[in-house]
Amino acid sequence: MRWSNPRRLVAPVSGRQSRGRLVCAVLAFGAAVFLATTLLVFSSPEEKRISIYSNAANYALPVLERNGDEYVGLLEVFEPLGAVSAKANGPHWKFRYYEVESEFTAGKTRARIHGADYDLPSSFLLENGRGLVPLSCLGTLLPRILGGPVTFNQNSRRLFIGNVAVHFTAQVSKTTPPKLVMNFTAPVNPTIATEPGELRLSFNREAVVAPGSQGLTFDSKVIPSATFQESNGAAGLVIAATVPLMASFANNGRTIIVEPVPQAATTAAPTPPAQPPQTAGSSTASTAPVSAPPPVIRHYFAVVDPSHGGEERGASLTDQLAEKDITLAFARRLRQELDLRGIATLLLRDGDTTLTLDQRASLTNSARAAIYLCVHATSQGNGVRVYSALVPAGADNHGPFLSWDEAQTAFQLASRTAGVGLVRDLQSKQIPARSLIAPLRPLNNITTTALALEIAPSSDDVSQLNSPAYQQLIAGAIATGVANFRDRLEAGR
Amino acid sequence: MIPRHLIIGVAVLLAITLGMGFYVWQMRGRVDRSEVSAVNTQPVAPPVSGPSEQVTLYVAYDDAGVLRPKPVRLPLPAGRQERAAEILRALLTLYLDRFSPHPLGAGSEIRDVYLVDPGLVVIDLNAAFADNHRSGVLVEELTVVSLIQTLSANIPGITRVKILVEGNERDTLAGHADLSNFYDVPAVTQVVAQLQNTQ
Repeated sequence: MRWSNPRRLVAPVSGRQSRGRLVCAVLAFGAAVFLATTLLVFSSPEEKRISIYSNAANYALPVLERNGDEYVGLLEVFEPLGAVSAKANGPHWKFRYYEVESEFTAGKTRARIHGADYDLPSSFLLENGRGLVPLSCLGTLLPRILGGPVTFNQNSRRLFIGNVAVHFTAQVSKTTPPKLVMNFTAPVNPTIATEPGELRLSFNREAVVAPGSQGLTFDSKVIPSATFQESNGAAGLVIAATVPLMASFANNGRTIIVEPVPQAATTAAPTPPAQPPQTAGSSTASTAPVSAPPPVIRHYFAVVDPSHGGEERGASLTDQLAEKDITLAFARRLRQELDLRGIATLLLRDGDTTLTLDQRASLTNSARAAIYLCVHATSQGNGVRVYSALVPAGADNHGPFLSWDEAQTAFQLASRTAGVGLVRDLQSKQIPARSLIAPLRPLNNITTTALALEIAPSSDDVSQLNSPAYQQLIAGAIATGVANFRDRLEAGR
Repeated sequence: MIPRHLIIGVAVLLAITLGMGFYVWQMRGRVDRSEVSAVNTQPVAPPVSGPSEQVTLYVAYDDAGVLRPKPVRLPLPAGRQERAAEILRALLTLYLDRFSPHPLGAGSEIRDVYLVDPGLVVIDLNAAFADNHRSGVLVEELTVVSLIQTLSANIPGITRVKILVEGNERDTLAGHADLSNFYDVPAVTQVVAQLQNTQ
């Protein structure tokens, strides 16, 4: 074998060319350093967490890394379960859960629980009065304090207190097209997402466990298999498919049906990322076509909700122009404007789909965004009207559980302040605007700053609502207003 | 020479034709009148007895998108519940007028008003009220707030209001204003204060 001398392949270069290459190399090196720094700064690793499922509540807690071990706050573990108290006295930390008293000492592995010694696998830590125990001990420590069985899967960091696991069966029907029917022992509300060749159900709060084995195979060419996965306090089911799939809920959230997206729907505009099951009492199925891959886990700053949609047309602005079409067009434009200002935005519907008010509120609340903007359109008046919620009377709050109808109460002031600020920004751009309070759902169900925008034409010409230039003008002004309020909204999040 | 019996026959036929024509003309006028009365679905004001009193109606004006108080004199019955219904009907008569500042759909009517102690009022609208109402956040809000504020300003002691349609709960008036919940009168008063300003 003959090896060629690389030097012979390099053409002789002049001094000027050499300098040019040196500059290019320095620039490339600089770009690489910048890219690496950016990746290091912005791609922080996923926060570790443990999910705890019990009859009292399902909740997740952060897991802390200390001295190479994983730790969790003991008080936080027990707080949702019942009466609990803790007191630090020097290095000693006394913990009480109902009648069970425990004593831990900072830096020691020996603890006393209900009068008996207990050895921790690593030292107990005390940080600012907060007692931390090694994560690996929860499977043996909790039964001693709770007096009941606990199942702890340390690899996936999922802890089940008592018999709370949600089981499911999965079967593909022989119909054309085939349907994957999954029946759960309790209602579930997973996040649904698609990637090429698969549909992913993420169970972040439900105690769903694997059906015998992690891998499921089906006698179907369209839906050949599914895989159950557990990691970082969450469970997921990845359904492999050869065609785009859609998921629908039935039986009050106890049944999920996965089937191929109808041919017409696959060519239609993409739909919202996920839809929760129907509210209790409804037995009909709601469909959540997921023909486009939506973001799986992303933190949104703003949620934009184009009101109405599907069967609900909203106001008939003209014989041909329905409110639902204007709200969608405007909402898309607003999302674009917000994105341009670096504001991550979730659009609740990106097609002509029906969403109930409760579904809109649920999706918004689970997105944990800093602001919710609901878009309406009208032929009456001119400019933009900005509404905050008129929270209804008479709802009952039970302890930490807020009434659904009064969920906005804590954010009313923030919403009104944001509304007034937005109006000022619009007026500064010569757009007539007005701030009002309105009895308009789902504003009162939203647990963040929530505003509704009613867009009217600037003249008697209703068709102006459909004008890209007019929509752009208003969307730009609103996006600027939101960007101006960004810090305050972030603080109130 | 035309035979006499032929002349008599033609005259009789002519008379019958004229008579029939007159009859048809009469019938047509009667049909036109009945069509006019069928279209006019404005509620017939019930006979009201009692002294005339001054009340304040909170009237919505679509052009400016505002709510303004309007003092009027009305003969009102003695009973609190009947007075409430009568005041709302007066407001509705104004909205159903040809030159209404806030037109409501044809056939809109207040079916009943119930005063439920302590302080709760239930307003029952007919189906035409909601079905024929224009759709929009402000236009629906003006209607709802106008009804509630008119009641609370003239009937003391009202703290909460519930609006039904044909005796049933309804999600919204016409796609926007929430009817599924109870309205808190002090909160509505805040809305009224905003709606009295154009800015």
